[in-house]
Amino acid sequence: MTLSAPRHSLLFIYCTAILGLMLTVIPLPGLAAVLRPAFCAIVVLYWSTMAPQAGGILLGFIFGLLLDVIGGAQLGQHALAMAAIAYLAIRLHLLTRSKPIFQQSLFVLIALLLYETLLWAIDGYSGRPMNSPARWAHAGTGALMWPIVVGLLGRTHTTR
Amino acid sequence: MAFVGGGLNRQSSQEGSPGVRFAFFAVISLVLMWYDQRDGWLQSVRYYLQAAAYPIQVAVGAPQALWRWSADLLESRESLQAENAALRERERQLAVEVARMAALEKENARLRALNEALPPLVSRSQVAEVISNELTALRQRLLINRGVRNAGAYRSQPVVDARGLLGQLVRVGPWSSEIILITDPEHATPVELVRNGLRSIAVGSGNPNELLLPYLAVNSDVKPGDLLVTSGLGGVFPAGYPVAVVTGIKRDPVLLLAQVRARPLATLTRDREVMLLWFDPEHPAAPTRKEQIDSLPPRDAATAPGPGTTATPAPAGSAPASAPAAPAATPATPEAAPRPATQPKPAQRPLLRPEGRP
Repeated sequence: MTLSAPRHSLLFIYCTAILGLMLTVIPLPGLAAVLRPAFCAIVVLYWSTMAPQAGGILLGFIFGLLLDVIGGAQLGQHALAMAAIAYLAIRLHLLTRSKPIFQQSLFVLIALLLYETLLWAIDGYSGRPMNSPARWAHAGTGALMWPIVVGLLGRTHTTR
Repeated sequence: MAFVGGGLNRQSSQEGSPGVRFAFFAVISLVLMWYDQRDGWLQSVRYYLQAAAYPIQVAVGAPQALWRWSADLLESRESLQAENAALRERERQLAVEVARMAALEKENARLRALNEALPPLVSRSQVAEVISNELTALRQRLLINRGVRNAGAYRSQPVVDARGLLGQLVRVGPWSSEIILITDPEHATPVELVRNGLRSIAVGSGNPNELLLPYLAVNSDVKPGDLLVTSGLGGVFPAGYPVAVVTGIKRDPVLLLAQVRARPLATLTRDREVMLLWFDPEHPAAPTRKEQIDSLPPRDAATAPGPGTTATPAPAGSAPASAPAAPAATPATPEAAPRPATQPKPAQRPLLRPEGRP
């Protein structure tokens, strides 16, 4: 299963990541903000799975840094977590890509839980602990969002 | 291009296995975090990254801005006229108050036995627009469209709106800055009660309509309706800016401390425009903390024709007991006096008040 990618694909990948970043930082009220999926991380997961040669780790690192700057987090926190899940997705892409979409969602759930756990650990280490279990809630909505993301982004390229 | 080869042809275009690349970026991240925790040279990295993130932040704030703009556009003639009349009325009242204020200032200066009236504390102010806000229980921040390059903003600069104190700048980028509001749980404001001069600390609650005063003794003299103003301690905020009104006090005899709540006067959630303040450094009530000088990369050295002179503290004689609040905080002169010696390159520092004193 390979991608027949157009010439501008790398640019396109970064554009979708920017879109994901915007969705991640748009201010939302109360519960919506808690349940908002980490779109940027999901986009990074998607491209790492579907196009493992496209440099998903660098993509995750760059957009993690931007998230750190916009969100005022420790510089490098989201960058590390995003690079980690991108690495995981790239290592396992042969395994996950051939699975039905439901099992892919499970993998996304695990990856997002790992992502949030890394953020939580770094938060705790750097002295601003935030231990509310609600911070893991977005992994669930993110996993539910996965089929939609696959449906949308899957239309932008062809697999054969 | 990069992934034309596809997943089965692993070593087609990218050098290094994913493991090596991940290790590389993980080490970079760890180094970044290590230095960021220590607040060192990463300030400048953040400064430039903030410039890179600014377009995204503007784009994120765009729907809100568009909504306001269209609301302004569709506002009816009648409501505009009504607003105009109200503003005119208010302007008249304020003009009267200002006239009274000038007389009071003169009288105050005379009572303090100063030969001439002090120069105004605020030497310059600039309006900034709010681009986006983040008002969660953990972070209460505003992003504004003024930074080092388009306004000369500096870190820990006080921000006010028409009604009271709003917060201070925590991160300053070239064209944008982030305000930490006084209601942010990580923020504490040194305040005093106007009625009796009792000093305390107002801590943010994470709720934009509430401040907490957790350090007042159970028998302290606080009443609902008391006005809190900045005390000038801490050297960030100038003394005397209105902050909040006490709304509720719970005195539990078992506890040593009263639980006091206050409502901020500034309309933190609804402000579209805020005001940045620059102070006359020679004024005895001016904030003494000059963080901007240390934390930012230099602006163009050529455009700073002598910032050392404007940043130097007042001569020792001009800040005597005339400012009751300021010396107690961080003694203005002793702390600031050695500064010229510790700053070897004053010519590179950003000039905060290019136009000088009035």
